[in-house]
Amino acid sequence: MNVDRRYRYVYKPLVFIACLTPVGWILASGFGLFGWSLGPDPVKFTLHAIGKSALNILLITLLVTPVRQLAGWPHVIRIRRMLGLFAFSYALLHFTIYLVLDQELDYASVIKDIAKRPYITIGFAALLILIPLAITSTNKMMRRLGRRWQTLHRWVYVVAILGVWHYYWQVKRDVREPLVYAAILAVLLGYRLVRRMRKPKPATSTSGSATAPERT
Amino acid sequence: MTRTPSTKILPSEITPPEVFFNRRQAIAAALAAGMAGLASAEEPQPAGAKLKYSQNPRYSVGDKPNSYEDISSYNNFYEFGTDKSDPKANAQQFRTKPWSVTVAGEAEVKGTFTLEDILKPHALEERIYRLRCVEAWSMIVPWVGFPLADLVKRFKPTSRARYVEFTTLQDPRQMPGQRYQILNWPYVEGLRMDEAMHPLALMVVGVYGQVLPNQNGAPLRLIVPWKYGFKSCKSIVKINFVERQPQTAWNVATPHEYGFYANVNPAVDHPRWSQAKERRIGAAGGFFGKRIDTLPFNGYANEVASLYKGMDLTRFY
Repeated sequence: MNVDRRYRYVYKPLVFIACLTPVGWILASGFGLFGWSLGPDPVKFTLHAIGKSALNILLITLLVTPVRQLAGWPHVIRIRRMLGLFAFSYALLHFTIYLVLDQELDYASVIKDIAKRPYITIGFAALLILIPLAITSTNKMMRRLGRRWQTLHRWVYVVAILGVWHYYWQVKRDVREPLVYAAILAVLLGYRLVRRMRKPKPATSTSGSATAPERT
Repeated sequence: MTRTPSTKILPSEITPPEVFFNRRQAIAAALAAGMAGLASAEEPQPAGAKLKYSQNPRYSVGDKPNSYEDISSYNNFYEFGTDKSDPKANAQQFRTKPWSVTVAGEAEVKGTFTLEDILKPHALEERIYRLRCVEAWSMIVPWVGFPLADLVKRFKPTSRARYVEFTTLQDPRQMPGQRYQILNWPYVEGLRMDEAMHPLALMVVGVYGQVLPNQNGAPLRLIVPWKYGFKSCKSIVKINFVERQPQTAWNVATPHEYGFYANVNPAVDHPRWSQAKERRIGAAGGFFGKRIDTLPFNGYANEVASLYKGMDLTRFY
């Protein structure tokens, strides 16, 4: 099997299924399969599980470029869009659960929360930023935007910072786990910074996007 | 709850325990013919053992209580871990026997007492209370215990005793959560003297008619139903009568988020989240739980609001 077929028929489907496991786990727990349950507070459990999945997948998305460069797997970039879109889907689902199950569509309360609660403000900002990134993820948009596509998609770094911050800020007291996320994010962003500083000439072809055309 | 005569009574005027007891005995006798009736808790029993108690409808709410499963598997007890499921997982080997409680400070009767000595004179009663966590969720719990006021009076606090301070056991070998400085261990909580003497303040040894599960603060804990849950100190080893306001665990940890009073108050938000509503946990609130309005003083305003007359509750949160 050549690389194209391996990605198309093996790797991508596997990543797709892997990205669906959190939803499968929640559904199975909701129906009480395998002795799992959502516990005494199912809304909070689901809200947190889906939110954390969004963050996990987002960080894995940011891992694609370093793996590609360090391991020398040029084709791994092909799964990045799928990962990014899953991260967006989970973030959107997280917000939907908050809106429908947690706040029970009490819009006044939601608007007040977004305006007044800093951790909700930044979480919502992160979700808003992800929307244009998701919309411009098609091949057509990549071509149309050209080099600006990459500039636009660098906003994902801001989203990741806001996402981890959102997690850190809503924890009551025990911040050990959010700090682990912050450390992983620091490594992922630090890697890019160091690489950028080491290279005097910006080399677009290796800086992350397989498709952004180089302007000469 | 309807307005009751207790509303206007000053803490100093609260009926002495002997009278209070007789009154309850009369009620119990009238109500509970054929029931277990009153009995003292002579011997501390392992978790789950049946307790003898009477019911106290005077201090019970009408809502459907949460299940034993909800109450014993969704706990904030950071000594056993910060996840809600940690206490149940990590507290099973916790030794609650032998247990002793040290009484110290501004009181005539002081010293270290065995749990048996602490419990002996008190008749147990069941009270179905609301429990409101500062994290904006709530439960309905049928506690078994006896009024804190009755216990306090036995130690004859002096006029210098303005506050009561409670301390949880510190034993990192048994309490894995204490191996990290999440809070400044040991956990300390406290009440103003008039709060401690209020008839709603309960010393608890059981739930659902059984000895408390370890994860719920066995063998002896406090329940102050008009305050956020963290005020209700668990696994108590020390009761200290003091002149100055105690340095309580959450207040020391983040003073701008958790005050000493911590009265349930829908009008005063936590800096990071709203306290206007709460989610009633579990089957009591439907499959997903139900968001309901939080009541001032957790619905006990008629009984306790007078304790805070003239106080700015946004300042003394």
